[in-house]
Amino acid sequence: MNVRLERIAIARSGDKGDAANVGVIALIEEAWPILVREVTEARVSKHFAAVCKGRVDRFELPNLGALNFLLHESLGGGGTVSLMLDAQGKTFASSLLELEIDAPEEVVSLCDRVLTGELPGR
Amino acid sequence: MRERIVRVASGQGFWGDWQEAPKLQVRTGPIDYLMLDYLAEITMSILQKQRERDPAAGYARDFVPLIAGLTPELLGRGIRVVSNAGGVNPDGCRRALFEAVEEIPTSRPLRVAVVSGDDLMDRLDSLLQEGHELRNMETGEPLSAIRERVQSANAYIGAAPIIEALRMEADVVITGRSTDTALTYAPLIHEHGWAADDWDRIAAGVVAGHINECGAQATGGNTLFDWRGVDLEAPGYPIIEMAADGSFTVTKHADLGGRVTWATVSEQLVYEMGDPVEYITPDCIADFSTIQLRDLGEDRVAISGVRGRERTGMLKVSIAYRDGWKATGSLVYAAPDALDKAIRADEILRARLARLGLRFDEVRTEFVGAGACSGRSPDTLPEAVRQGLPEVELRVGVRSADRTAVERFTRELAPLILAGPPSVTGFAAGRPRVQEIMAYWPALIDRDSVERNLEVEVSHA
Repeated sequence: MNVRLERIAIARSGDKGDAANVGVIALIEEAWPILVREVTEARVSKHFAAVCKGRVDRFELPNLGALNFLLHESLGGGGTVSLMLDAQGKTFASSLLELEIDAPEEVVSLCDRVLTGELPGR
Repeated sequence: MRERIVRVASGQGFWGDWQEAPKLQVRTGPIDYLMLDYLAEITMSILQKQRERDPAAGYARDFVPLIAGLTPELLGRGIRVVSNAGGVNPDGCRRALFEAVEEIPTSRPLRVAVVSGDDLMDRLDSLLQEGHELRNMETGEPLSAIRERVQSANAYIGAAPIIEALRMEADVVITGRSTDTALTYAPLIHEHGWAADDWDRIAAGVVAGHINECGAQATGGNTLFDWRGVDLEAPGYPIIEMAADGSFTVTKHADLGGRVTWATVSEQLVYEMGDPVEYITPDCIADFSTIQLRDLGEDRVAISGVRGRERTGMLKVSIAYRDGWKATGSLVYAAPDALDKAIRADEILRARLARLGLRFDEVRTEFVGAGACSGRSPDTLPEAVRQGLPEVELRVGVRSADRTAVERFTRELAPLILAGPPSVTGFAAGRPRVQEIMAYWPALIDRDSVERNLEVEVSHA
């Protein structure tokens, strides 16, 4: 089924110079392979096309069920040079969670139960 | 015998963080160390500017009344403080602290250590002459290209001088540009007696330091997991409970708010992450792909299995240099047609700037409330959304090497209040402020050039 990434993952973002980093974490172990399949460098690059002028690197952290993305040339020069409202990319995490992905219904419904506190999560 | 645990509590994640947090860490439950991180990349240049105006300044001023006020409790409970509050003037920070504790009755004099030698500003020319090019790690350019504009230059230093200060029985250790994570792992190395080449255990300390260094961001602040459900009115900041073997638990005082779960800790672990396999610090390279994390419930998360590799021969240098001027200002336009009014105002403003013949390196317009955070053009908004916007903030920033151009820009926003589109407000803050841009120049230097100059000195009030 087509859902937003926020149904199966959480995220956090920040700055590294002119690059933004976005870490995405699967809510349950079964959601990890879906992250790997769906949240590719190309899709992340397209999602952030309005801000990301450079390449996107993806790193895998299977131990945390996480992917880490580096979005190069995305913060208007970074630090105090930038004129951007979000010069540190702090809101990029919630933006990425709006990405539409394809996920099996049973994984999504397990994740729903994690989000409501019914199941413990990772 | 019970396994010996060392507790390092986080009290500040940046300069400007919640002042009550460190007090609550000391007063609400048992801790052994309180770490306070005040420095970000840009902070050093701000402190350097302050020191130019006043030779006694150049450190995080908040630190002084905070620690002075806590001194009786710190001494009473045997809690030691490690902080990079010294900025570009650790000695001045200590002097101010001694003055402040003079008034306060304590059981014995407070012993304060100062770590110096990370500040390369006075040595910069001799370092360049010796052949250190301090090339920009991102562009490869040598520092000589911008030498005369350098505002501050500090090496990120490691745990050794902090450990030495703790061996000399300092109650409070004040450093300059110590690596953020070292404020946590130095006391752990000291207490557990880890060898300087025990890469795995030091790497575990680095992971602990990464969790501590952003304060409440590890205990529910900014969490995207059930953010409505977290009590953040008086959050407990993170506390690391480290065992001798490098396994540890992340927790918080039970009587405080906040939350410690697999989610809050994982979110902080990936924050400001580069290549997770190569997390480089002055004392080891930590591999975040080896972290084993287990949520134990009741605000306890266990971490084990962390692996590290040998440290590199280089230290990172954080250099700030003057790079022109900027200003940002805003006006608010109300419905109906809020976005259209803001767009029209921006067109008028830009036309006026062009008529004045002002040259800018960048003019950036954002429509706050209409997708500014996404960076997408407001034209991509669906028509129904566009029509429904109750108000839009027009935010315009300019950047130029020419200060007078930026000054003039700051006088061109207010005229739009009367000579512009209707339904405008939100100008009460007045004319935008012209700011000097401090650009960041990351470089590397061989560690010996820095470490042979590091000094630790302990004295008491």
